Amino acid sequence: MKGVCATEKRGTKEIGSEELVGWDAVTQGVVINSFEGNATNVASLKQEERNYSDFSSYTATVASWRVVKPVYNRDICIDCQNCWVWCPDTSIISRDKQMLGIDYDHCKGCSVCVEVCPTNPKSLLMFAEHEEIEKALESWPTKEK
Amino acid sequence: MAITPIKNLKEFSTANDRFEGAHLLCPGCAHSMIVRELMNCSDDNLVIATNTGCLEVSTAVYPYTAWDTSWIHIGFENAATAAAGAEAMYKARKRKGTLKDPDAPVKFVAFGGDGSTYDIGFQWLSGAVERGHDFTYICLDNEVYANTGGQRSSSTPIGSSTTTSPAGRVSYGEKKMKKDMVSIMAANGAPYVAQLAPNKWKIMAKGFQKALATEGPCFINTVSSCTTEWKFDPKDTVHITDLATDSLVFPLYEIIDGYELNILYRPKNILPVKDYLGAQGRFKHLFKPENKHVLDEWQKRVDASWERLQRREEARI
Repeated sequence: MKGVCATEKRGTKEIGSEELVGWDAVTQGVVINSFEGNATNVASLKQEERNYSDFSSYTATVASWRVVKPVYNRDICIDCQNCWVWCPDTSIISRDKQMLGIDYDHCKGCSVCVEVCPTNPKSLLMFAEHEEIEKALESWPTKEK
Repeated sequence: MAITPIKNLKEFSTANDRFEGAHLLCPGCAHSMIVRELMNCSDDNLVIATNTGCLEVSTAVYPYTAWDTSWIHIGFENAATAAAGAEAMYKARKRKGTLKDPDAPVKFVAFGGDGSTYDIGFQWLSGAVERGHDFTYICLDNEVYANTGGQRSSSTPIGSSTTTSPAGRVSYGEKKMKKDMVSIMAANGAPYVAQLAPNKWKIMAKGFQKALATEGPCFINTVSSCTTEWKFDPKDTVHITDLATDSLVFPLYEIIDGYELNILYRPKNILPVKDYLGAQGRFKHLFKPENKHVLDEWQKRVDASWERLQRREEARI
């Protein structure tokens, strides 16, 4: 990881040395870069096309927060994108108006996506974290009347 | 600046997210729904400043940042000033011709919680609006200091139980009414102010786009349901916000140039306020028989405020 200090060494004292420094030698702030190199036009790039640096939380994971996980059933989904717009953790992968799946690195298992899913039966359901996805799909409920 | 209206959700979903996951906001937090929507409804380069609060401390836990735009981590009170300062510098450098890419569209945005907007940052916000900087201030209103453990703020509504206004044998919780920040900012001279909610995504996206396109300081109050301090299940965030807008506790409206008030959402079935209050743990003591007068007070106030909004919409004053 590399960060950029907003102020370089000033005066005669090294930043971070043990002795006290004057007010004009204090590090004023730190800049951390979400991307490696040039970062213009980020809005026109899909997440997989971007050159994230180690500082971006995209490279981190909160998967350990989950005790239940959403499982996605492609067969029932109507691509309404309700789950995409209300996911608080940017964990619904939608590309070209199609729902592709769930980003399990960033999902915290809040179940908002299941609540807002309009299909019958729901195309997203919560299962225990240890449940295998194939088994979960096999045990999918049928249409409610 | 022209606004490209978002027709439907499928079209909206082609936006490339610039707010990354793995931030440390609670599961089901409405803050990130609002922030994501703001960043998705615009392709412009954004310069964002954030007041201290849940959003700031959770999205920038060193060494990580959840922001894919320029973002300034600043004090509890001065996101409005930081955004205003960045905007002033941008204008000055544009004038002097020292910008690398002077034609790139840049928008300045400040985020603050209700504590830093209604209380601590009030003076800074008011000053920045008065000076007329071209920026948008978005208040994420969860009606409590959620980041520091749930103390009351001047946005906390009557009857809410917080850690500094606890409900118990002698008290029914918070005694004071909520401050009407939207009207205050409209009177402060902001050309566009609005109250929006994340459950009505289309209205909210339109409001955000209008605010970004309007030249001058814009203020937007957004309803941000807090699973931790409002005490409801994380999965119900959107449902609780639905109750808030359909019971007219949070009416959605905009005020243009201080007088032209437009109601943005009229619920088909207006729900009683007690449906909204009953769904949250912070109001559960209000349903005891001795606190019935607070419930009546609530309904009366909400009806009166809805009536007042409709009259103002007709009168255009």
